[in-house]
Amino acid sequence: MNAVTPVLEVDELVRHFTTKDFLGREVHRVRAVDGVSFTVAPGETLGLVGESGSGKSTTGRLVLRLDDPTEGRIRFEGQDITHLNAAQLLAVRRKMQVVFQDPFSSLNPRMRVGDAVAEPLKSHRILKTAAERHERVAQLFQRVGLDPRFAERFPHQFSGGQRQRIGIARALAVSPRLIVADEPITALDVSIQAQIVNLFMDLQQELGMAYLFIAHDLAMVRFLCHRVAVMLRGRIVEMATTEQLFAHPRHPYTQALISAMPIPDPDRELARQRIFYEAVTPPREARLAEVEKGHWVLA
Amino acid sequence: MAPLLQVKDLTVRFDTADGTVQAVSGVSYDLAPGETLAVVGESGSGKSVHVLAMLGLIPKPPGRIAGGQALFEGRDLLAMSERELRSLRGGAIGMIFQDPMSALNPVLSVGYQITESLRTHMKLSKKAAMARAVELLDLVGISEPQRRVVHYPHQFSGGMRQRAMIAIGIACEPRLLIADEPTTALDVTVQAQILDLVRRLRKQLGMAMIWITHDMGVVAGIADTVQVMYGGRVQERGPARQVFRDTRSAYTWGLLQSLPDHDAPPSAGVASARRLVQIPGYPPDMMNPPPGDPFAPRNPFATERCHSEVPPLVQAPGASPGHMVAAWYDLRTARAGAAA
Ligand SMILES: Nc1ncnc2c1ncn2[C@@H]1O[C@H](COP(=O)(O)OP(=O)(O)OP(=O)(O)O)[C@@H](O)[C@H]1O
Ligand SMILES: Nc1ncnc2c1ncn2[C@@H]1O[C@H](COP(=O)(O)OP(=O)(O)OP(=O)(O)O)[C@@H](O)[C@H]1O
Ligand SMILES: [Mg+2]
Ligand SMILES: [Mg+2]
Repeated sequence: MNAVTPVLEVDELVRHFTTKDFLGREVHRVRAVDGVSFTVAPGETLGLVGESGSGKSTTGRLVLRLDDPTEGRIRFEGQDITHLNAAQLLAVRRKMQVVFQDPFSSLNPRMRVGDAVAEPLKSHRILKTAAERHERVAQLFQRVGLDPRFAERFPHQFSGGQRQRIGIARALAVSPRLIVADEPITALDVSIQAQIVNLFMDLQQELGMAYLFIAHDLAMVRFLCHRVAVMLRGRIVEMATTEQLFAHPRHPYTQALISAMPIPDPDRELARQRIFYEAVTPPREARLAEVEKGHWVLA
Repeated sequence: MAPLLQVKDLTVRFDTADGTVQAVSGVSYDLAPGETLAVVGESGSGKSVHVLAMLGLIPKPPGRIAGGQALFEGRDLLAMSERELRSLRGGAIGMIFQDPMSALNPVLSVGYQITESLRTHMKLSKKAAMARAVELLDLVGISEPQRRVVHYPHQFSGGMRQRAMIAIGIACEPRLLIADEPTTALDVTVQAQILDLVRRLRKQLGMAMIWITHDMGVVAGIADTVQVMYGGRVQERGPARQVFRDTRSAYTWGLLQSLPDHDAPPSAGVASARRLVQIPGYPPDMMNPPPGDPFAPRNPFATERCHSEVPPLVQAPGASPGHMVAAWYDLRTARAGAAA
């Protein structure tokens, strides 16, 4: 048994999407998440990488209880939150924040961005006066590399990358225990990516927060994450410490993925050899097996 | 060879209640047929707006083209009627946008949206267009394309929507493909597959590309020419290898410095002991940009002149032909001086 209670425990999580015909008969089923289990310890960053459409975002949404699982269990700081209702979730929501993949849809177009960032401070009654909130918003803007004067503007006045930083400022506002970050830096230029990743690391060190970091940029995952889980077709096919995974990938999909990492150097990039893998849906009875301490592979 | 596209002094402004945003200022370049230009740079530097403006796709107002020309096969896109532009967009000029969720229509099936352009520009029958749509979904790596073609955008994952956008972009075999962060939402194996596909199209059709991206690895793998933008202006442009190897703009150099080291061993647990290199300071406020070089306030090598006068984009001294930089300082001597 682990001595510390994980921030997050996900047990055999399943989410199927079904399409029905006009008679209500099921005509099609997408097994978006199909038996996923993992834990995230306090202060840990777990990277979730893998195939487009493998169920990473769906897993994130289930963890946040923005969507309901077909089966399985989710525990947050030891508490089973799988079936909590909206009112019961309120307290949990403060400790669990999200930064989305799509900065365009995550901001209300009619709200000044400063108010959007202040909103969770208000709704969770963290800062009571407008003056306090104003000051905190200015601090948060500075932390994510935005000019505090931008708080008065509306979302459409910002570029994609700028909007993403606003989303990050809002998630940070309530000092959560866990941030589910779904491709949080994808839309940013690399110097701001560096800034945000440094910020994530600083906040983790200062406040001990944990991250579920969903990303496609393996170089950044390798830099930021303690452990990494690789998803394919709704399943985790491999999970290991970052060193283990990048030094000794075992699953053929992980090997293909790592070999496809682009290298920011024209000579090396054009000479890079790729390992090909024709993705197959893992058999349902396959289970993760520990091949060395802390290194699990679907077999 | 006559250029396919000639952008001359393109300048775009947004007039808002709070002031005028100087989104794009005096951008000029030529694109040859078959050439791949990668455009990189700061978030908010005008990468998207400069191509949207050429295609007649910025909202007017608040947007306004304050000057310049964009000659596509000799005809000025900026002077065309909406009707003429519409016949080019999705036809001779393919487009893949940054934000697939807002670019795809949520109430139309993905297949229908692909067939739309095939039917208008290629005059295909409904049936032929649908067959081609399935083929295109397969080409961009969507499994079971037969079944997927009737799905709606919300039934697709982010990466699948992106691939549907790519299918629409290449549907009519364009002479110019403009792609705004087309692969950032994709896993790297699918990304590699898409890059192979566009390389193939480039070879087969002689298709030219403007590829806007933040991924320097993708740039390294695909670009003939790299253009680096900051504060609405071009800071550096040149053959890809030269821009990586013989960097001349302090901003480009800052970008390359801030990448995680590809060769460093991953060292989990001690992340706090390491940091990525950041460029100090804030991006400029494009309503009140600095009077000189927009990067000057953040540039440790800035000279006095950088703060007061905008440097023109000119051939970099001692660099390969066509390697241009906008800088009053010389990065080579400045860096050598800093190291000493
Ligand atoms: N509708 C608009 N109204 C006002 N300003 C706008 C509008 N659209 C864009 N801008 C501004 O124009 C500038 C250029 O934006 P653009 O979207 O081209 O940036 P970008 O380089 O593509 O950034 P990113 O990498 O984040 O996508 C930004 O300062 C942005 O805030
Ligand atoms: N509301 C929905 N209805 C039907 N199918 C859905 C729905 N939401 C997601 N799916 C399907 O579930 C699968 C997993 O999607 P998800 O968005 O979790 O993938 P992802 O791993 O985040 O992919 P990406 O890397 O492309 O963002 C996909 O096949 C997708 O089409
Ligand atoms: Mg996703
Ligand atoms: Mg853009």
